[in-house]
Amino acid sequence: MTEITLSIKGLRKRIGKREIIKGLDFELKSGEVFGFLGPNGAGKTTTIRMLVGLIRPTAGSIYVCGYDVKKDFVKAMSHLGCIVENPELYPYLTGMENLQHFSRMIPNFESKHLDYVVKLVRLQDRINDPVKTYSLGMRQRLGIAQALLGKPKVLILDEPTNGLDPMGIREMREFIRFLAEKEGLTVLVSSHLLSEIQLMCDRVAVISKGRVIKVDTVSNLLNLQEQLVWKVTPFEKGISLLQTVTSVSLDEENHLVTPLSEKSSTWNQMLVENGVEVHEIQRKVPTLEDLFLELTGGESVE
Amino acid sequence: MAVLISLFTYAQFREVQRQIEKLGDVDWRTTLQQQIVDTQNRLTSSGISDEWKAQLQIRVQQQQYYLDNDINPAEPGAPTFVRSFAQESITLFVPLLIMIIAADIVSSERSAGTVKLLLTRPVKRWKILLSKYVALLLSISIIVVLMGVLAYLISGVVFGFGGWGAPILTGFTSVGGELNTSNVQLIDQWQYILMEFGLVWFVAIVVGTISFMLSVLLKSTSASMGVMLAALIAGLILSNLVSSWQSAKYLFMINLDLTGYLAGSSPPVPGMTLLFSIGVLVVWAVAALLVSFTVFVRQDVY
Repeated sequence: MTEITLSIKGLRKRIGKREIIKGLDFELKSGEVFGFLGPNGAGKTTTIRMLVGLIRPTAGSIYVCGYDVKKDFVKAMSHLGCIVENPELYPYLTGMENLQHFSRMIPNFESKHLDYVVKLVRLQDRINDPVKTYSLGMRQRLGIAQALLGKPKVLILDEPTNGLDPMGIREMREFIRFLAEKEGLTVLVSSHLLSEIQLMCDRVAVISKGRVIKVDTVSNLLNLQEQLVWKVTPFEKGISLLQTVTSVSLDEENHLVTPLSEKSSTWNQMLVENGVEVHEIQRKVPTLEDLFLELTGGESVE
Repeated sequence: MAVLISLFTYAQFREVQRQIEKLGDVDWRTTLQQQIVDTQNRLTSSGISDEWKAQLQIRVQQQQYYLDNDINPAEPGAPTFVRSFAQESITLFVPLLIMIIAADIVSSERSAGTVKLLLTRPVKRWKILLSKYVALLLSISIIVVLMGVLAYLISGVVFGFGGWGAPILTGFTSVGGELNTSNVQLIDQWQYILMEFGLVWFVAIVVGTISFMLSVLLKSTSASMGVMLAALIAGLILSNLVSSWQSAKYLFMINLDLTGYLAGSSPPVPGMTLLFSIGVLVVWAVAALLVSFTVFVRQDVY
């Protein structure tokens, strides 16, 4: 049974005269990994900070497991764990002392849960060393440990693979999928690494200029975009002929690109009958990157 | 702190030695008489300001009073050192010490980034700030007590540990440059020291609270320290200059010399009393707390 764990309605944020978040709506279910995708300046970090109570929204509401973050802060936050940007912990304390410090703020906390969390992030060997001796990967893992202390139902990770090597990235990906599939958490991941989002997430929200442009499953989004790449000579004749029947664009290598369609055999026939040689017709599976660039128009920060 | 106290002890020791050399005798009556004569000589010179003259006159009258009643105001021994140390340190030394810890307590979390972790716990924001304030109060109290104990121990090594029961005159008030001896009473030195340390503790708490507020507002440890330092030093300089600027008596820095009231020295602006100064400091401290809590609870953390 899946329940809605995080629900956002009409979220807005204005700073001075500029409205940077212009009305966000989406809902997350338990057991899913949800990706947050958007160019720099789109409002991802601001949105995440509003979800966890660091920034006050100008309008709109956020419900964590049914509790309003504004009205029932304590109950809402007890179901939420997060890492916002870098996981900064006290460098002069050991990893274990850091975790103990934060665990004391959680009501009804059992100390054996500390050991469980440490084992989960695989920091048992170094947990009693001061945090200033940790590598970046270890700090990320300690950050996740801290986020998991309260047995949250929702985990919000802002760029969790930031600064990790490929091995670390893979481990993080597997860990997040484990948390979602086996433990039933909702994990919200914001990232720039489109390849990672593609491999890691079930659904994705694409955000640009403070608005959600699209929310859908990864597979649906990719399917929308399946295309055919045509290699033809002569070039111009091929373009003008195809343009009479379908939309045509050019890819980076100046090949003709048309949407995937059953009529492709008809188009092929038309070209051949008009003296155009068709060397290659290839199906192209786009990446989330192409989709991303197309949806956001490759724009810059306003 | 131990180093500084040792320095002060040594300075005092050298002073006593110099007097022995000058007079060949440690009889206090002679010393006191000599001091009175010295001061009266200075009063006749024309190169000193009116405020300074008024203070010197009061001092002479006090010393004369001690002489007439056969009481030694400079009974040698550690308690006497502690008494004068408390008196001198209340305007600058103690505020500086306190300001250094208080300025750091909230802004260090901002600069290290750990504030994000603190505020995303299931705990209301004002409770987090309150816990920091309570920690500050405890630290301040411990420092004040430690200062007293260290002063006693270190100076006792040089001056001997006796003198707790030495009689001290208090209750002098200065009215318009003249000494009012109507409320003068004799109390034991240890009682006087207790009163002094109560006042020192009170001043420390107020200075700590104001630094705490700066720490919340400015989010930078160095900025908070800088502002507080400037205020304290300005206060020190102003105290000697402002007797004609009536509204200056509402500034907190001018009201720090509470032990001065016990000793009967003339206040920076005429008409100020112990009760008045305590009142001003209380108002400042309460206002600082209100500002701190309001700002902290409503702040957006970027």
